Amino acid sequence: MFVYVIRRLLTAIPTLFVIVTLAFFLIRIAPGGPFNQERGLSPEIKANLEAQFGLGDPLWLQYVNYLKNLLHGNFGPSYNLPDFTVTELFAKGLPISIQLGFSALALALFIGGILGIVAALNQNKAGDYSVIALATAGSTIPTFVIAPVIQLLFGLTWKLLPIGGWGDGALINKIGPILTLSLPQIAIVARLMRGSMIESLRSNHIRTARALGLSDWSVVVKHALRGAVLPIVSYAGPAAAALLTGSIIVETIFAIPGVGRYFVDAALNRDYTLVMGTVVVIALFTIAFNLIVDILYAFFDPRVRYD
Amino acid sequence: MAGETILSVKDLRVRFRTLDGAVEAVKGINLHVDAGETVAVVGESGSGKSQTMMAAMSLLASNGEATGAVDYRGKNLLTLGKSELNKVRGRKISMIFQEPMTSLDPLYTIGNQLMEPIRRHRGLDAKAARAEALRLLELVKIPDPERRLKSYPHEMSGGQRQRVMIAMALANDPDILIADEPTTALDVTIQAQILMLLAELQRKLGMAIVFITHDLGIVRRFADRVYVMRSGEVVEEGKADELFANPQHDYTKMLLAAEPTGRKAAPPDNAPILLDGRNVEVEFKIGGGFLAGPPMLLKAVDHISVALKRGQTIGIVGESGSGKSTLGRALLRLLPSEGSIHFGGQDLSKADKSEMRPLRRELQLVFQDPFGSLSPRMTVGQIITEGLLVHEPSLSGKERDARAVEALREVGLDPAARNRYPHEFSGGQRQRIAIARAMILKPKVVVLDEPTSALDRSVQKQIVELLRKLQADHDLSYLFISHDLAVVRAMSDYIIVMKQGKIVEEGPTEAIFGDPRETYTKTLMAAAIDETKFRQSA
Repeated sequence: MFVYVIRRLLTAIPTLFVIVTLAFFLIRIAPGGPFNQERGLSPEIKANLEAQFGLGDPLWLQYVNYLKNLLHGNFGPSYNLPDFTVTELFAKGLPISIQLGFSALALALFIGGILGIVAALNQNKAGDYSVIALATAGSTIPTFVIAPVIQLLFGLTWKLLPIGGWGDGALINKIGPILTLSLPQIAIVARLMRGSMIESLRSNHIRTARALGLSDWSVVVKHALRGAVLPIVSYAGPAAAALLTGSIIVETIFAIPGVGRYFVDAALNRDYTLVMGTVVVIALFTIAFNLIVDILYAFFDPRVRYD
Repeated sequence: MAGETILSVKDLRVRFRTLDGAVEAVKGINLHVDAGETVAVVGESGSGKSQTMMAAMSLLASNGEATGAVDYRGKNLLTLGKSELNKVRGRKISMIFQEPMTSLDPLYTIGNQLMEPIRRHRGLDAKAARAEALRLLELVKIPDPERRLKSYPHEMSGGQRQRVMIAMALANDPDILIADEPTTALDVTIQAQILMLLAELQRKLGMAIVFITHDLGIVRRFADRVYVMRSGEVVEEGKADELFANPQHDYTKMLLAAEPTGRKAAPPDNAPILLDGRNVEVEFKIGGGFLAGPPMLLKAVDHISVALKRGQTIGIVGESGSGKSTLGRALLRLLPSEGSIHFGGQDLSKADKSEMRPLRRELQLVFQDPFGSLSPRMTVGQIITEGLLVHEPSLSGKERDARAVEALREVGLDPAARNRYPHEFSGGQRQRIAIARAMILKPKVVVLDEPTSALDRSVQKQIVELLRKLQADHDLSYLFISHDLAVVRAMSDYIIVMKQGKIVEEGPTEAIFGDPRETYTKTLMAAAIDETKFRQSA
């Protein structure tokens, strides 16, 4: 197992290298640059800025320099938020996005899981149909609809929650965004859980457990559920990587200073270093969570052994 | 040894709600089990024999319902509340199933799964339950039981898993053990071991056994009394000896006559060799990859030579994993292999894809699974004429259709079948379609890979007869791959016995069956053909 993890971490290095290389050149292919703004800078200032950031150098040299800096953990300065380095931006925003994303995921796994199990145990009965209806609604209503509705009801009408803002991380400010982030996830997890639980309840070893006169609790929780969580584990890995790196919609609507906005803003502004920083962060999260999923898998399923 | 009646099934009906309306799987049957006796419930697939016992144990699928009564020592199991029912299930009546590979929970150790019913029904603490589990594993003769307690099911073979299932079923010293096709999924030598174990345990523990099976060989060797079931009804019942000696119902007679009979004569000595494989070797790589070190090599076929003459049938016999299917595929060049393979004088081992293509027509293959090997989205006509599109592209649509009619007639199907889809046909009919698909190309060599294994005995017999007729009509050569010795004996004139990729023994059929020399062949024969009883009925 230990050897396996080391090997996976080693294979992450070439993966990351390929991703960084692709991203570096792809964003350069896009027309324009960080200093082509609407206002238009005078050519002298623009040339000055470009010289300062080395943007006048040949592309390969910029690439080599970027890699060199990256190896030292230096993501470079942001071109559009000139007072900050990319590292500083992430140091400030990432903990916020991680907090929200993690809470939303935990909530989704817990509530979605329970809903899914209830549906599976009542297959084709009222309980099942209501979960399916909820899950379908949850996964079809987009977040940009859910978020304003939450603001309207809880913020404006009932005045229970603030309409937006981070409020230095006060719990009450997190509720709206977490709910918005988790609702579609609850729907997805509930549907996955329902499906895999039904599958699991139908399997032959569940029949064996019943034939042995084991209690319903043992049949459902000990034997059926443990097998049924495996698909949820596989889903949760990539979902965690996506959720923890922030959501532009939720962070924009609720005015949250997370990192979700950076990817889109940076790409639009050709803020090369910030784009690259976001790519590296998302890639690292994805690689890490996929590894965690595989380790969890081996923990849940003894047939999976890496050596 | 027949004691009091402990289980009686009265007017049991089992219905399943399906999209096409209610289906009645069991239509009001009566049967009883006395203490300590062995009862066999015999029937082919779809006879309702399994569902009868599933209903008795309240294990029906969620769309099924049972009416009538299943009386166990004065309690009607069908109306018992769940907690009362669970005092009977696994304690007084227990059950083992057909699928040893999937009937144990893959996520828990054997010890954990064995201890659970012991603790539940007898209230023992963990330590005492562990000691019991160990005793049970010894009882079912699992080697190294101490270590096996910590094993997971996937670390054990099918036979061992079935032993564990038996141990679990016997954990609480039940009155009745229901065994639903307990050996069907196992190799013959393992089958014999499991049956012997069951017989021995019954002698030791004295429980009644209900055997649900399609295998009359097992019934003959094992049962005191027999119920013969057909489409949800009991058509005949009686003492096993009497029923075998003097069957009354036509269906019973048909079942008894269904074991494939007849022998195939060897082709003349001067018949030319059509397919000649010398020192054929197939290796599989297991594992390996980036940073994972070199792969492990497994020799699935290890230096095997086969010379198939025109009109000959070579039976390739072996248990699962012996490499017999791999050999068949290698000889048709469907797998890369070492060694030389000649077909009609042409060296196949050097032929590339395009050189192989015209030869494919003469080298056909029929698979085991009649359900998976026909595309569900094509009509039978499209399926069987597909090969003609490649090999005889000059044929017009009309000519192809005529060939399809001819091929379907040859395999005994109504030519109108060509406009229908595979799901409308039974397993036996589908296997006929698969055979028609091979025959339409007028092949010279056909590799038949377990073509009868998924079929009921009575259907098997028909397919065996069809294959023999086609061979005689067209002077075909067959490679007949099977683990079923009765079928192999009826089909082949020469036999190769394989084990772990190597030939153990080979020779003319009569010699191999009459006077097997190698120990392994003898074990195989004894397990499959031996008529002696496993148990002495009292």
